[in-house]
Amino acid sequence: MNIDRRRLLTGLSTTVLMPRLACAATVTDATSRVITIPDKVERIFAAGPPAAILLYTFAPELLLGWTRSPEPAQCAFLGAGACDKPEVGRLTGRGNTTNLEVLLQLKPDLILDVGTINDTYVSLASRVQEQTGVPYALLDGRFDAVASLYRKLGELTHRSDQADAFAHYAEDTIAKIKGRIDKIPDPQRPRVYYARGPRGLETGLGGSINVETIEFLGAHNVTAERQGGMATVSMEQVLVWNPDIVITIEPSFAAGVKTDAAWAPVKAVQTGRVYLSPRLPFGWVDFPPSVNRLIGLWWLAKTLYPDQFPEDLRSLTRDFYQRFYHLTPTDAQIDNVLGGQG
Amino acid sequence: MARSAPGLLIALAVLVVALLLALTLGRYPVGLGDLLKVIEAKTTGHPSDVPAAAVSVIWQVRGPRVLAAVLVGAALAIAGTAFQGLFRNPLVSPDLLGASSGAALGAVLGIYFSLGVFAIQAFAFFGGLVAVAAVYLIGSAVRARDPILVLVLTGVVIGALLGAGVGLVKYAADPYNQLPAMTFWLLGSLAATSAADLVPLFAPVAFGGLILVALRWRMNVLSLPDEEARALGLPTGPLRIAVIAAATLVTSASVATAGIIGWVGLVVPHIARTLVGPDFARLIPTAALLGGGFLLVIDTLARTVGAIEIPLGILTAVIGTPFFVWLLAGVSKTWS
Repeated sequence: MNIDRRRLLTGLSTTVLMPRLACAATVTDATSRVITIPDKVERIFAAGPPAAILLYTFAPELLLGWTRSPEPAQCAFLGAGACDKPEVGRLTGRGNTTNLEVLLQLKPDLILDVGTINDTYVSLASRVQEQTGVPYALLDGRFDAVASLYRKLGELTHRSDQADAFAHYAEDTIAKIKGRIDKIPDPQRPRVYYARGPRGLETGLGGSINVETIEFLGAHNVTAERQGGMATVSMEQVLVWNPDIVITIEPSFAAGVKTDAAWAPVKAVQTGRVYLSPRLPFGWVDFPPSVNRLIGLWWLAKTLYPDQFPEDLRSLTRDFYQRFYHLTPTDAQIDNVLGGQG
Repeated sequence: MARSAPGLLIALAVLVVALLLALTLGRYPVGLGDLLKVIEAKTTGHPSDVPAAAVSVIWQVRGPRVLAAVLVGAALAIAGTAFQGLFRNPLVSPDLLGASSGAALGAVLGIYFSLGVFAIQAFAFFGGLVAVAAVYLIGSAVRARDPILVLVLTGVVIGALLGAGVGLVKYAADPYNQLPAMTFWLLGSLAATSAADLVPLFAPVAFGGLILVALRWRMNVLSLPDEEARALGLPTGPLRIAVIAAATLVTSASVATAGIIGWVGLVVPHIARTLVGPDFARLIPTAALLGGGFLLVIDTLARTVGAIEIPLGILTAVIGTPFFVWLLAGVSKTWS
C-alpha cells in the first residue's frame, strides 16, 4: 500500500476523519474528492440502480442489496442468488428511500454511486460520508466513460486486474463499433426518433441521457435542435420530423403503432422500421443508465446500420450475459430478450 | 334578453375564431386552402391533391385534438359554473369535491401497473367518480347545520388524502419509466389525443351537460340560501345530488382525457358571468362556448410555440393566476 503523505493530507482536509484511517488507501473519485478506503472492501452499498448494476456485473458478492428488488422476469437473466439479495432503497438521485440507520446496520465498507456529477450530488456524497463515516465514492456514469468506470471500481475494491478485463471488453466494443460507423458518410446516417410513453409522444431531447447511445452512434436524433431532458412532443411535430427509424421501449406503443392512423404517414412506420428495444434484465437503450447499455450498443448499431453490422446478435448477447450477468441464457431466453419481452 | 344576445354572440365568436386559428395553425404546415380542400374531398368523395400526410394531420391528429380541446374546455367551464352556483362561492372550481384528485390517483395507478392508454383513462374517469361519491356519502353522513360547508370540508380533506395517495404511488414508481409518465400526465396535455378518444370524452360530457342545461331554472333557485330555496318549494337535497353528479361526470371525463388542467373551471365562469349575468339559462351555454374557445387557444399555443409541448396545466396557470388575483381583489363587491 503506497500511502502518499500529501494525498493523505488532502484527503483529510476534504473529507472527514474516518475510523479505519490507520490502514487505508486513498482513491480520487470523479468529483476530485480523495476518499480513503479500507484494506478490505467486501461489502458495498450501491446508492442507486446504475451503481447496483455496475457492481453486480463486476462482483455480485460485493453487492449488499438492490435499490429495488428485481422482478421475476429480470431474475431469470441474473445469476444464481442475485435475487436473494435484499431491497435496500436508493440513497441518491430522484428521491431518497434509504434510512441511514438501515445503511449503517448493513455495515458497508464503501458506498458506491454512479451517475451525474454536479454540485447537488457532490454535496450529498460528502454529507452522507460525514454522517455515516463510510467512504462514499461518486463515479461518472456517462456512457463513453464506462471503461474508466470499471478501472475506478477496480481501484476502490483492490481488484484492478479483474476490472481491466471488463474495461477492455468495453473499449474493444466501443472501438469496433465506432470504427465502422466513422466510415459511414453523413447522408447515410438515419434520422431517429426515440419514442417513450404509452402513445410514443414522450422523447429524449438532444444531449439527454435517454438518447445518449443513439447520438453516440452518430445517428441524427430528430430532437437534437433542442437540448434538454425528457419532453412531450405533438404528433404533428413527429410528422414534420418524419424519422427514418423509431426506437421505443414501450411494448404497447410498438404493437399499436402499425395500425394507428395518426402514425401511418411516418416514414419509419411505412418502411417497417419501428424497433422495440430489448430490456431484460435491464434496459438496452437508456435506463437504467449503466453498463447494461453496452450490449444495447450492438443492438442499436445493427438496427441503425444493418449493412455494416453482420454480426450475429445472439452470440454477442450470450457472450455479454455470461461475462456481465453471470449466467448462460438458453436460445429461447435470448429470443425472448431480443423480441423485447419483459 | 337584451343583455344575453351579445354575450352569447361574443362567446360564439371567440369559439369560431379559435377554431379557425386552431385548425390552420400547427407544427405541420396545413393552411386554410388545404383544410378546405380536405373537407371538400371528404364531403364530396372526390380525391384531392393534398398530400396524404396532410390529410392524416387533419383527420387523425389536429382535428381530434381541436375537438377534444373544445370539449374539455367546455366541460370544465360548465362544471365550474355549476359548482360556483351550488356552493354560492366564486372561488370554487370543479375539483372542489375531489374529482381531479381521484382521477389523478386513478391515472397514476394505471401508469404504475403499466396499463394501456384506455385503461389509464378509464382508471382516471372512475377514480374521479368514486372520489366524489365518497366525499358526498361522508359529507352527508355527518349531521350538521350547514351541509354545504361540511361537504366542502370533506372534499378538501379527502382531496388531501388522495393527493397523499398520488405521492405514495409516485414514490413507489420506477423512477426511469413510470415517474416521468406520471409527471407528464399530472401536468395535463392533449398531445396524445387520437380520434378514438373522442367518443369516451363526448358521451359523458354531453350527458352531464344536458342534465345541467335541463336543471338551469332550478339552479337559479339553488343559488339562494337553503331556507329560501325550500320556502320556494324546491327539494334542495336531490337537486344538489343531480348537479354534483352531472358536474362530476363531465369533469372526470375531461380529466381522464387531458390530465389535470386547472383554472379553466375557475376563471371562465366569471368571464361568462360578466358577459351574460347570473342567470344559469344563459350562463351555462356562454360558459361552455367560452371555455371551449379558451382551452382551444391555450392548447393551440401549447402545440405551436415550439417543437416541445408546453403542458396545459402550466399555461392555464400562467394565464389564470393574474386573473385570480384580480378576482380576489374585486370579490367583495360582486358577491354577497
